[in-house]
Amino acid sequence: MQKHGFGWIWSMVSGIIIFSGTVQFVSVSMLSGGAVIMAALTALMVAARHIFFSISMIGRYREEGRRKWYLFYALCDETYAMLSRDDIPKGVNASAYRMLVTLFDQSSWVLGSALGGIAGSILPFDSTGIDFAMTALFTTVFIQQWIDSKCHIPAILGITATLLCRILFGRDLFLIPAMVIILGVLILMREKIEAAGGETDA
Amino acid sequence: MPDYRHALIIIIVMGAATLATRILPVLIFGRNERIPDLVLYLGRVVPFTAMGLLIVYCLKDVSVLQDPHALPEVIALAAVTVTYLWKKNPIFSVVMGTVLYMFLVQKVF
Repeated sequence: MQKHGFGWIWSMVSGIIIFSGTVQFVSVSMLSGGAVIMAALTALMVAARHIFFSISMIGRYREEGRRKWYLFYALCDETYAMLSRDDIPKGVNASAYRMLVTLFDQSSWVLGSALGGIAGSILPFDSTGIDFAMTALFTTVFIQQWIDSKCHIPAILGITATLLCRILFGRDLFLIPAMVIILGVLILMREKIEAAGGETDA
Repeated sequence: MPDYRHALIIIIVMGAATLATRILPVLIFGRNERIPDLVLYLGRVVPFTAMGLLIVYCLKDVSVLQDPHALPEVIALAAVTVTYLWKKNPIFSVVMGTVLYMFLVQKVF
């Protein structure tokens, strides 16, 4: 953002309002002179995975009352990765645990956005390749899920359907078809997946 | 001098779109006393597909055909996998993998 003439305040504001790393990243190129409609559509596509996150948390957040609106607004990759595993420590208030995890993840992200903006303007630090941290994090969660589950159809489906759509539809359009295929196959193969016990550990 | 007004509009519009992906599913399914079985089933299995989707999404700009043929990604992902199977510590694996990857893309390839 610094490169485009926007100071660290902008990084922070973007971190609070958008609060999604991938969408924020995409937004930088559109801040100066991007079409509003394109910006909305691109954000919808890039953020579409949150639909998955929210659906799978509806049951878990059911009893949270008004707090749930904050929990859903601030539901990000990291928070989802932590709270969808249902390994809340015994004896800890689940509701408070969820609020704190969510709040901590969001604060650290917003703070990180601001610090990144400040660092970007003063440090000659070559951060090329630092995005790989996201890939690495998802990979560790993927491996842990693989170890924890008896049925590997969903894991294999997620990789193959998305990869296939990336090859067929190109880098800008593949997410939506990939999600449609994933949902379709999950619904069609429901009996088989449930029989294999893949859902019990989710 | 950048057009700050336009920039703010873009941020708000993209923020609203992002919020919609988080809140709309709740508005649609959240009011029912009982969530349909199918939705509950999807909520259970979708996390297991989402990680694969996100990994591919992260790697969407990597080309196997062009130089360096995705070698930095393959090497770093192998390092993440091996260290994770060894230590079962996500932070350790993420740091090791990312440092190795940054070294590879900045100094080697």
